[in-house]
Amino acid sequence: MEKIAVLVEHRQNEVRDITFEMLGKAHQLLEGGGEVIALFLGDVSQKGLLDQITPHAHRTVAYLDSNLKDFEPLRYQAAFTNIFENVDCQLILMGQTAFGMDFAPAIAAKWKIPFTTDVVDIEASEELHAIRQMYSGKVNAKVSLKPGEKMLCTVRAGAFPAEDIPTVSGELQEITGAIEGDFSARTFVEYLEAAVGDVDITQADIIVSVGRGIKDADNIPIAQELADALGGVVACSRPVADKKWLPKERQVGTSGKTVKPKVYIALGISGAFQHQAGMKGANTIIAVNKDPKAPIFSIAHYGIVDDLFKVVPALTEKVKELRG
Amino acid sequence: MDIIVCIKRVPETAEADLVIDGSKKAIDTDGLVFSINEWDNYAVEAAIQLKEAEGGTITVISVGPEENNEVLRRALAMGADEALRLTDPAFEGSDAYAMAKILAAAIKDIPHDLILTGVQADDDGFGAVGVALAQMLELPYAALVTDIKKEGDTLTVHRELEGGLEEVDTLKLPALLTIQTGINEPRYVSIMGIRRVAKKEIGAKGVADLGLSEEEVGLKGSLSQIEELFFPPVGEGAEIIEGTMDEKAEALVKILKERGGIG
Ligand SMILES: Cc1cc2nc3c(=O)[nH]c(=O)nc-3n(C[C@H](O)[C@H](O)[C@H](O)COP(=O)(O)OP(=O)(O)OC[C@H]3O[C@@H](n4cnc5c(N)ncnc54)[C@H](O)[C@@H]3O)c2cc1C
Repeated sequence: MEKIAVLVEHRQNEVRDITFEMLGKAHQLLEGGGEVIALFLGDVSQKGLLDQITPHAHRTVAYLDSNLKDFEPLRYQAAFTNIFENVDCQLILMGQTAFGMDFAPAIAAKWKIPFTTDVVDIEASEELHAIRQMYSGKVNAKVSLKPGEKMLCTVRAGAFPAEDIPTVSGELQEITGAIEGDFSARTFVEYLEAAVGDVDITQADIIVSVGRGIKDADNIPIAQELADALGGVVACSRPVADKKWLPKERQVGTSGKTVKPKVYIALGISGAFQHQAGMKGANTIIAVNKDPKAPIFSIAHYGIVDDLFKVVPALTEKVKELRG
Repeated sequence: MDIIVCIKRVPETAEADLVIDGSKKAIDTDGLVFSINEWDNYAVEAAIQLKEAEGGTITVISVGPEENNEVLRRALAMGADEALRLTDPAFEGSDAYAMAKILAAAIKDIPHDLILTGVQADDDGFGAVGVALAQMLELPYAALVTDIKKEGDTLTVHRELEGGLEEVDTLKLPALLTIQTGINEPRYVSIMGIRRVAKKEIGAKGVADLGLSEEEVGLKGSLSQIEELFFPPVGEGAEIIEGTMDEKAEALVKILKERGGIG
């Protein structure tokens, strides 16, 4: 492999971490040789963002157009066509993010580019192999891509470090000129910020978090009682918020909050990567789960393999005793 | 408004002890319980709510063996009008791209204003079929949809971004949306409801009926393939606390005290 292109991801005038994670991986795959190419689609007013990119790519190709400020897939696709036809590379990396999930499969289908998604590792010795997870992280799959002129992988956020990316003297190549076409079939309107709730879980030192294993809204008080005894707050995984058992602001994970408490107690949470992304920074993680193979145990510091409906009352009792 | 919903039947694996089968390319599904993919269940409910407001029909489509009729019947019981199963030995090994081709071939013959799929499937987690399908059908689309409003031939949707942020977009029909969990509260399906649709005929189409060749589907028609499955390396992992329930609780309290878990 000689040339790898990384599609820069930015939103609300910030370069997103996934960009640096992909740039780092691209450098690693090329082992110092070859060319890392950053692809940037954006508005002229966002040109300043390129200062963060160009040092880490041998070449940055930026398509600047006033209509590329916010992501619109049809317009972005038209802009990308120009890049695609003019940039020589063997592998394209995009994020498996709200942006990449809305863009990459269409690009791959349009040009029949061999691709796979949500990759957690890439091996590119002779042939390209991607490692991706199945069954919510219980099984890994080694995937091969049909040999093609170009290949595409979308990369899971957090799979590769965003720090210590090699610095190379990168040249900037700007493409300007209006993108032709009618893109009114899908248009961006605005962003909606998350609602603010009564409890801010990001400020809590102690979090008791419940997952689908809590089974029913009626069982939430079991967790609340433990949280009260510990002086903490109750948070949750996505299905609990989806079912409205707890408000959305209590959800931990990629599409919820990122928390870094002293102690995070995960009750009946399997530990899908979208959940892990929001809590793996906790100082101490304690998991209670019936399934010894639950992925949560791979990042927890302490684990109890048992029924949470037995463990939690026993624990609450002991904490209350201690407090007198 | 005529709506097509693509649904998948998947094994429930959250609490199961998975075994990789002899081929090393699949898991052994003996003894696993199957159900409708969680995301697709929300998509079926979204279709029914739109139909209740706007009128029209709902057709549900699933790719897979006869057992897939279970999830199709379930969707009929929820309120879908027609069901179609796409099945052929040649489909074996299809990746997200080949799967989208199969669905596109079937959907071309069915009138539609809107196509819904789940964001992703519980089992392989590609999160790619819906958007690839939209591209093949040359429809405007949006992924990760958490809200849908219709006015005339325009949809206003919310897309979920990271960290609780959302985005509002407008789309012109016909269009395709991939539905995110939590968009609604899927209705309960009673046994009576399933019984009511037990006799309903579910058509099946194979590769030739869809006007596809065997080269276009399955492994041959795919852009990627699984070489091997393996269990993720465990790393250091958690220190597992053993003992009687009392001992476990006692040990936990000690850890909590040490680690600042009692505030
Ligand atoms: C784009 C996108 C964004 C997402 N964002 C998020 C996010 O921000 N946050 C998030 O959490 N998820 C998110 N998800 C969903 C994620 O993929 C998982 O589906 C979800 O995290 C699973 O939640 P869970 O662990 O509670 O449920 P499950 O995976 O169903 O796990 C339940 C667990 O409970 C255990 N259990 C059951 N009963 C008991 C009992 N009595 N005692 C002990 N243990 C028991 C089971 O063994 C199992 O491990 C997102 C998904 C997508 C596609």
